[in-house]
Amino acid sequence: MRTRKSHLLLVYLTLNLIAFCGMFVQAAHQRSASQAVLQRNRTLVRQLGLTDLCLFTDARYTRHPAMADLHTPFQDYPMSFEHFPSGSLMPPPPHLRSHGAH
Amino acid sequence: MARIERQKRIIDFTLSSLLRRKGKNLALIAAYSWIVFLLASVLFITEAIRREAGLVLQDAPEIIVQRLVAGRQESIPVAYGEKIKTITGVRSVKGRLWGYYYDPTNGANYTLVVEEDRLKEAGRVIIGEGVARNVVGESYGTMPFVGYDGAYYFFEVAETLPADSSLVAADLIIVSATDFRALFGIAESLVTDIVVEVRNPREFETIAAKIKAMLPDTRPVLRDEILRTYDTLFDWRGGLIVIILLGSLMAFIIFAWDKATGLSAEEKREIGILKALGWETADVLMIKFWEGATVSLLAFFNGVLLAYAHVFLTESSLFEPVLKGWSVLYPRFALTPYINAYQLWALFFLTVVPYTVATIIPSWRAAIIDPDSVMRT
Amino acid sequence: MIRLHHIRKVFNQGKPSEFTAINGIDLRIDVGKITVLKGPSGSGKTTLLSLIGCMARPTSGRIFLQDREITSLPERFLTTIRRSTFGFMFQQFNLIKGLTVLENVMLPAYPTDSGYSELKHRALHLLETFSLSHKSSAKIEWLSGGEAQRVTIARALVNEPSILIADEPTAHLDTKLSKTFMEIMTRLNQEGTSILIASHDPMVFAHEAIDRIIEMRDGKMVPTGAAA
Ligand SMILES: Nc1ncnc2c1ncn2[C@@H]1O[C@H](COP(=O)(O)OP(=O)(O)OP(=O)(O)O)[C@@H](O)[C@H]1O
Ligand SMILES: [Mg+2]
Repeated sequence: MRTRKSHLLLVYLTLNLIAFCGMFVQAAHQRSASQAVLQRNRTLVRQLGLTDLCLFTDARYTRHPAMADLHTPFQDYPMSFEHFPSGSLMPPPPHLRSHGAH
Repeated sequence: MARIERQKRIIDFTLSSLLRRKGKNLALIAAYSWIVFLLASVLFITEAIRREAGLVLQDAPEIIVQRLVAGRQESIPVAYGEKIKTITGVRSVKGRLWGYYYDPTNGANYTLVVEEDRLKEAGRVIIGEGVARNVVGESYGTMPFVGYDGAYYFFEVAETLPADSSLVAADLIIVSATDFRALFGIAESLVTDIVVEVRNPREFETIAAKIKAMLPDTRPVLRDEILRTYDTLFDWRGGLIVIILLGSLMAFIIFAWDKATGLSAEEKREIGILKALGWETADVLMIKFWEGATVSLLAFFNGVLLAYAHVFLTESSLFEPVLKGWSVLYPRFALTPYINAYQLWALFFLTVVPYTVATIIPSWRAAIIDPDSVMRT
Repeated sequence: MIRLHHIRKVFNQGKPSEFTAINGIDLRIDVGKITVLKGPSGSGKTTLLSLIGCMARPTSGRIFLQDREITSLPERFLTTIRRSTFGFMFQQFNLIKGLTVLENVMLPAYPTDSGYSELKHRALHLLETFSLSHKSSAKIEWLSGGEAQRVTIARALVNEPSILIADEPTAHLDTKLSKTFMEIMTRLNQEGTSILIASHDPMVFAHEAIDRIIEMRDGKMVPTGAAA
């Protein structure tokens, strides 16, 4: 008979486990490799006075969610009816959820 | 040693019996892996964005003061800044000029910002990597803009920001203050909003309150609020993805429940045979344990590893249609892999434990059946 | 030696469908013999075999196995006895589909402590004895009736039991195969295995190697004098 099935499974699971650990190693490696980029982006943020990550460019409040406000009706407020998928991916930021925080 | 050998034999048997219904079980593992893959992808993306935003935006403006007119953000007079400067504890006040520009030829939205230190000369722009990707084919070298009055402007592209700044600057166009004002017809006395620097970080809140009291038509946004925005940006309650996920999760749970908990007549007969041949009830339960554990472990590993590759090696390409939405300028989701081990543990327990338990429970009933049932049929 | 003392087995006790399958049997089966239980359908042969084989408990009465009273033992001990003392051949073959012939033969030994290679060796040796070596990695569902029968024998013998219990072993076999089967039984008996067969097939109970025939009717033993 061929190799035992239990051995095949254990080998496969072990390989998976190794890959799983490898994932953490690769991630750590990537992180330290991108330290320089991170610093550069941080500087860019400081120099340009940026407030947001550039994740979605289809609506004002998804391009700059931190700058969005509660006062504007319709498409400028992140909880209004949505036709941009990006808007339905994210809830309004916390400082807008508790009304009149300041 | 004997104990391990015994478990291995039980695993042998379990695998043989899983392989007997090969198609069905492979489909099950595939569906399960897919669910884990989706969940893990979402976890990876959100965690990476959260952590990266937390790091990158640490140096975001401390306080931004916006002016609201008739429910919309409007330009704020430079004079407001002078007033804010008089508040004790304020170190500096600086007007920001920024806005959006819709590029009719490409159908894309750009973010225009002014940064005097970086670009003073009029007639030149520095563009983000995403913008460069969009316009490069057509007219690299100069970029046409249509002003508020219909006039055309041609700006020379002085520089392109490095590709790895994409996460913060993909859609940016840095222009000079002169050009910005000319393009949008903004008077010298106005700026888009005001950045306030404060001496003592503990005073952010009080100073924001003072600004609000002094200038009631303004709205101050604190750096803390910016950071928290990204902390909860893809909150699990938030939106579409969760609804889609929940839908497929429910469908899968129903399917898996049915599959895992139902003991077919054939399986019952098999358990009877094993018991008659001298297998103990515990051994029979072990078969079911390994069955559940094998399926769910494979699904967990496959799902998580594929999700990692998907998010961090292919830039979430499968989610592109959702993430992209109507954006014409689609920023690259080239994220730094921050993995939250705690989340993965949670995912592990949620995938492996309930499924394994669900497979064992029904066999318990069958395992206490008398072995003599196989003597007849 | 197996001793049965006032054994009764009542199914569905207390219900309208109550049925007494074994009704007071006293019996002594000696080691090293081939014993045949004979009787019409429904007379309780299978039920008696399952009581002796520790698969079910009698409603009343006591069973002794080598002077050890087994009726009152907890389930776990019965399982161990079943595994170590008895080899079973069921009325249906009860082989497990999807597994190979070899895996099926090894199945009763999985819960034992014997080493894997030793066990595999034993199973292969048994298959060889029954001229099934070439089928060892074949799937059960591909086998012919006679082959399946021999696999069942191999499976019953893999734990080297002292007592072999066979319920209607020739039910699915033609005359020639039945004859072969009885030859195998005779040989095993000569090697020292006690054999207990339930059958109403003359090929079995009229066989020359049979030491004793116990005739049953309506859950009782027919007195030997009357049977002869
Ligand atoms: N679990 C049960 N519940 C109710 N009645 C049962 C049960 N098992 C067996 N019986 C009944 O006990 C009687 C004896 O059954 P048994 O299987 O021992 O007969 P048998 O002598 O082996 O018959 P056959 O030659 O047909 O195999 C039958 O009438 C059967 O219906
Ligand atoms: Mg019978």
